[in-house]
Amino acid sequence: MSEKIKKASRHVNQNEGLIFEKSSPGKRAFELPPLDVPAAEASKALGSHYRKEGVEGFPEVSEIEVLRHFTRLSSWNHAIDLGMYPLGSCTMKYNPRVNEFVARLEGIATEHPYQPQELSQGCLKILRLLEKCLLEITGMDAITLQPAAGAQGELTGLLLIRAYLQKQGNPRKKVLIPDSAHGTNPATAVIAGYEVENIKSESHGQVDVEGLRRLVTEDVAALMITNPSTLGIFEQRLPEIAEILHAKGALLYMDGANMNALAGITRPGDLGVDVMHLNLHKTFSTPHGGGGPGAGPVAMKKILEPFRPVPILVEKENGRLALEPVRPDSIGRVKAFSSNFGVLVRALAYILAYGPGVRQATEDAVLNANYIRKHLEGVYDLPYSLPSMHEVVFSDAIQKKNGVNTMDIAKRLIDYGFHPYTTAFPLIVPGALMIEPTESESREECDLFIDAMKSIAEEAATQPEIVKTAPHTTRVRRLDEVGAARKPVLRWKPAAPRSTAAD
Amino acid sequence: MRYLPKSPVERQEMLAAIGKNSIDELFSSIPEKYRLREALKIPGPYSEAEVIQYFKERATENAAGYTSFLGAGVYNHLRSVVTDAIIQRGEFLTSYTPYQAEISQGTLQAIFEFQTLMCQLTGQDVANASMYDGSTATTEAVLMAERLTGRRRVLVARSVHPEYRDVLKTYAKNSGLRIEEIPFTKNGTVDAKALQSTLTDDVAAVVAQSPNFFGVIETYAPLAETAHAAGAMFVVAIAEGVSLGLLRPPAEADVVAMEAQSFGLPPSYGGPFAGVIAAREKYVRQMPGRLAGQTTDSEGRRGFVLTLATREQHIRREKATSNICTNQALCALAATVHLTLLGKQGLREMAEQNSSKAQFALEELLKVPGVRRTFDAPFFNEFTVELPRSVKIVNSHLLREKIVGPLALGTPYPELTKHGLVCVTETTPRTEIERFAGAVKRALEQPV
Repeated sequence: MSEKIKKASRHVNQNEGLIFEKSSPGKRAFELPPLDVPAAEASKALGSHYRKEGVEGFPEVSEIEVLRHFTRLSSWNHAIDLGMYPLGSCTMKYNPRVNEFVARLEGIATEHPYQPQELSQGCLKILRLLEKCLLEITGMDAITLQPAAGAQGELTGLLLIRAYLQKQGNPRKKVLIPDSAHGTNPATAVIAGYEVENIKSESHGQVDVEGLRRLVTEDVAALMITNPSTLGIFEQRLPEIAEILHAKGALLYMDGANMNALAGITRPGDLGVDVMHLNLHKTFSTPHGGGGPGAGPVAMKKILEPFRPVPILVEKENGRLALEPVRPDSIGRVKAFSSNFGVLVRALAYILAYGPGVRQATEDAVLNANYIRKHLEGVYDLPYSLPSMHEVVFSDAIQKKNGVNTMDIAKRLIDYGFHPYTTAFPLIVPGALMIEPTESESREECDLFIDAMKSIAEEAATQPEIVKTAPHTTRVRRLDEVGAARKPVLRWKPAAPRSTAAD
Repeated sequence: MRYLPKSPVERQEMLAAIGKNSIDELFSSIPEKYRLREALKIPGPYSEAEVIQYFKERATENAAGYTSFLGAGVYNHLRSVVTDAIIQRGEFLTSYTPYQAEISQGTLQAIFEFQTLMCQLTGQDVANASMYDGSTATTEAVLMAERLTGRRRVLVARSVHPEYRDVLKTYAKNSGLRIEEIPFTKNGTVDAKALQSTLTDDVAAVVAQSPNFFGVIETYAPLAETAHAAGAMFVVAIAEGVSLGLLRPPAEADVVAMEAQSFGLPPSYGGPFAGVIAAREKYVRQMPGRLAGQTTDSEGRRGFVLTLATREQHIRREKATSNICTNQALCALAATVHLTLLGKQGLREMAEQNSSKAQFALEELLKVPGVRRTFDAPFFNEFTVELPRSVKIVNSHLLREKIVGPLALGTPYPELTKHGLVCVTETTPRTEIERFAGAVKRALEQPV
């Protein structure tokens, strides 16, 4: 192992097959208490619906085998708990364990969404307090906590805009989306029934305001903008952009994916934003869990409030809280059973731990990103030089000369003990390296990361092969993605029995 | 602040390294007049003990101590402590979507196992690695059928969960889909005659749920035949997955949309759960959401990657099959661990206990004078009963005996006022079922 690799060292991990390959008839990992009522004769009760045997192929293993199986699998993952996870735009910050604890409390995790509301006041108070906190942080007037993730929040937001415009007589045709946006933005606009018009960034990476002025017509329903942009740059002319839209009766949607740069510093509501979503699994620390669950609350200005998805949380005169199922102008329901409540619990636990100190987290996140930028500028090409907020985007232009691209550098970073940054996004930067350290990294961890990135840059110049063939230390090497897509194997199947004489 | 790993001196030194004098300079790109001058008005900072205290207080304001007979899409089942022990491992809990396959093999293999389990359960060929929940999975299944058939009309059974139908209507409103509802018969199943007469060659999908919202089990074959005869796809929604331990899988379906909450996820006041879409292999390229596939590395070892990503929004943008990005991965992992623990025998036995206990509960309730069964058709762990007076009034009496009674059906189904939906699972002790029946009897004896 190279002396330059300070963070990681070799370790053995266990091989482990698929759970189905360990199965053996008669083993079990779970026992039920004895049945305390007469056993019904299921074949009779269910008639033709009856399944004669247990589910074919289901595993039969013991408890220790289950525990070892998943523990071994877990050891093949990188995780925030192991070290820096600098995926740009993903905000991989510390996931406090107390949040997990409170979400599992008896009386919180155990509650049924249809139980009487007089027996749900605890849950409803949690929702109410979270609403108030998020409204204060965003500077908005009203909110819905229902959407299950950011993309569903985007859809909810656009449906609110559509309903509002429809109420005025014309839902309009187009949604404008900058070329630096997340893929969810255009995909969502289509589901909301809009055509997408992509708008180009100007040379500094900001929205081209003069160009925008020409594009905003009576056909435009909204502009969806990410702020800070996916370049990690604050849209300085956002209030002016809002005015341009409002002058033509269009609205400003803000993708709140990058709210970790703003919380406690400035408020989208004050900047002229009409509606936005928050990714609680980013800014508010609920665990990514390998890809969810998330939650995507949508905060809005007063004009959109009547259109919120039902049920609506309301305060009654006696101080009691209630979920109201019917509102005449509502866009309807976007998800069954009101919300990803357990995720909302975790987010509130996070906010309460910080209180107004959320600002300090934002400051540290921006400090870390700029510290890394300062040390890597020149070593890696910085295509946009405006001040960075919570993340910094480099390109592989320098390393490309030696045939080393952003994916190679990312894979090599694994050998140094780090998870890769986000590669090849945003699309407006060819060969992008998008780095978001978050506030959860100490100076020491940032320094180790900087050392690793510098060392890889040196390798790219002097021995590019080692970078291009990375990673070298993982249990599997680069995987054949083309083959995986060409002939998809998407499930395990038992080995075919040896062929016997034709029957 | 305990979550932030920097001392004041370190902050100063880092600022100096960047060449800034103050933190404020880092925010110079935000116009001065938009920067907050005052502290946010939110409670806190709370110590860990105070955070716990706050939520424990809220927990006491809920339904702890009550016995519930609610199901209707959210079920109480036994869960091994092993499941939580696994999903709280930091390597699973605090990892991202496994785009970097070499250091995400744990998540990827677990997803592959999840997909396999879902296929085995549903009798389908391929399953995705989760949607938000059963309601959005059902909606996405319909959108899939729309893309595959190029048709714009959808026939949905009224016996499909009312909230699933609501979500479908929200999504359909602006995509030009026309949603029409098919009534149910006297025994609570889809009205095949009504379906037949509404079904024309412009229908993309016929959607039924089984067990349906009333707990009644649908017969798939004739519905599938009717749908297919008109060139429509047959979509089956499953809200109670444990039923598949005892019931024939919906093998006749073209697409299955399932809620996986019953597999190791607590009710949690409505979420997070996990939706699944399973389908025939030939439809895989129109499926939404993530898929893990098996492949090999450059040295020939088995490994797993996210695959067929050209369906997804981060590649295809406005041409993607769905806008879904973050899904419910950790919930899907919980379901994987839970089903692995249960195994072939455990799932079977759990399903058998549900069936036996629900049968027992129905018999006990039918002993109460005036209580009648609404639908005379096979059911799994839920059934509907008609009471001689308002379900809401009966429930208010039951609450005094610390029982959360049947779900009143009058709001979603005006023709079913005085009817209630009762759910009993393996977690409901016999003594509570008997106490429930006794309490219903006492409630009905109260003067009006």
